[in-house]
Amino acid sequence: MHSLLQVKDLGFSYDGSRQIFKDISFEVQSGEIVCLLGPNGIGKTTLLNCLARLREPLQGSVLLNGEDMADLAPRNVARVIGYVPQTLLPSFDYTVLEYVVTGNAPWLATFEKPGPEHYQRAEAALEQMGISHLAQKPYTRISTGELQQVSIARAIAQKARLILMDEPTAHLDYGNQLKVLRLIKDLSAKGYGIVLTTHNPDQVLLLDAKAAIIDHQSIFHFGAWQDILTEELLSAMYGVPLRLIEVEGIDRMVSIAPSL
Amino acid sequence: MLLLMGIFLSLSLGRYSNDPSKVLNVILSRLGINVPVDPVMISIVFNIRLPRVLASVIIGAMLSLSGAVYQSVFRNPLVSPDLLGVSSGAAVGASAAILMGAGLATRQVFAFAGGILAVFVTSLVPRLLRNRSNMMLVLSGIIVGGFLSSVLAIMKFIAEEQTQLASIVYWQLGSLASILGRELWAILPVFLVCSTLLLLLSWRINILSFGDLEARTLGVNLRQVRTIVIICASLLTASAVSISGTIGWVGLVIPHLSRLLTGSDNTRSIPVSLLLGAIFMLLIDTLARTVSTVEIPLSILTGFVGAPLYALLLYKQRTRLE
Repeated sequence: MHSLLQVKDLGFSYDGSRQIFKDISFEVQSGEIVCLLGPNGIGKTTLLNCLARLREPLQGSVLLNGEDMADLAPRNVARVIGYVPQTLLPSFDYTVLEYVVTGNAPWLATFEKPGPEHYQRAEAALEQMGISHLAQKPYTRISTGELQQVSIARAIAQKARLILMDEPTAHLDYGNQLKVLRLIKDLSAKGYGIVLTTHNPDQVLLLDAKAAIIDHQSIFHFGAWQDILTEELLSAMYGVPLRLIEVEGIDRMVSIAPSL
Repeated sequence: MLLLMGIFLSLSLGRYSNDPSKVLNVILSRLGINVPVDPVMISIVFNIRLPRVLASVIIGAMLSLSGAVYQSVFRNPLVSPDLLGVSSGAAVGASAAILMGAGLATRQVFAFAGGILAVFVTSLVPRLLRNRSNMMLVLSGIIVGGFLSSVLAIMKFIAEEQTQLASIVYWQLGSLASILGRELWAILPVFLVCSTLLLLLSWRINILSFGDLEARTLGVNLRQVRTIVIICASLLTASAVSISGTIGWVGLVIPHLSRLLTGSDNTRSIPVSLLLGAIFMLLIDTLARTVSTVEIPLSILTGFVGAPLYALLLYKQRTRLE
């Protein structure tokens, strides 16, 4: 049985000389959540984009169900990988349903248009996200939190098995951040593999996820958070003192800063 | 339906006779029904009015369709089909033909070639700079368009004032006055092939309008689909402009109006744009040839009708714009 996603010795450079990251290897199985952590500008999003084949890596390879992604047609990659960008930049006021139905694109021929069964699939995805009431609203006129849900609904309509999310909590208020994390947890329980980037190490603990860390010296760490997250690593990586402590009453570890 | 009625009414209007019943008789007799007809009327309807009416319908549909497509692909509802330099290229081509003293047919071929060449050069710049983003293509279009405007200005400057300059200016204002059936046959295949392709791709055009990143994560072969779409839209514009001269506003206002009526989904708004463009142009051209004893250039009318219409559309949408 192949891993859903296998990253082998991946390296990337924008200009061919200055290496952004290198020697990155890890695997994602169905039902697993992997959080990409790292300081600003270290290449988290770039790595995520390499996994989505939005960028060509300089070295190494990405295997999707055991097949090298470089040999797969874009359509076949999109049948497995759904991508939820950090922000959507709508230019026309499509309705939420019209937007989510485009998740069917990798399953339709170039000249084909979506039929009733594709609209049904989109409606089912909206229902799964609990946002059926938004179906006929223009997606330019819903809140950022709702837009995030719409974007995830499209990945579900896409029948993706692996969902990549670029900072899914970046533009959300605290309540919506926790709702989205809850949602991510639910998705993994349903068997979706999830890779997300985040600026908040506490989210790794909240999600009980695996951590993939590119630290301040561009060294890559990967594993269950219990095995690799340490106060030393976190403090060195972010350049500020950080604590990892067990909090009574909520029964979990938290990553938290001491008083300033 | 509305379009067919419009065509019939427009066929009825003209300098010779304004009686719709006579035109109906002409059509009925052509269908083999025995009715009294005026032989002059037959000639007028089939040789003069029909080519012109069909030309206005097709040209309106072409301009409006390519405008709708351009707006979606370039993610900007304010874009018109000459974004990539088609119109300025065609104008330079036509003016060159006028300066050489060539006939109408040559002028049309030159205009078409100029339009296509301009788009080709525009598409070349991003390739040379190894940046294939949409933004680069738009900027490249501005560069090519700007350069061609200067070329056109030189041509006007050296043109002989009374004859050539007047021809260039008149061409730039757009007219269907001298349209012939033969020209219609020349653009009909382009219209049929390109509009069929664009209608088939209308749902993919939705995805293109999300931007490159999203389109690629949905597994769309971005370069292939976008290339087909842009080539089709440019061919449509170049064909239309080559026989009618430049006609402003249609490609900008009609797609806008269509989206307002049907919503943004291109599977609905593109066919509606096509139909409304045809109806709009038919109306404009009918006005152009009937309102006064001299022909009014089309761009003058499209501007007078199109600009206030556009203002009205903006007024209706004012709450949606930030």
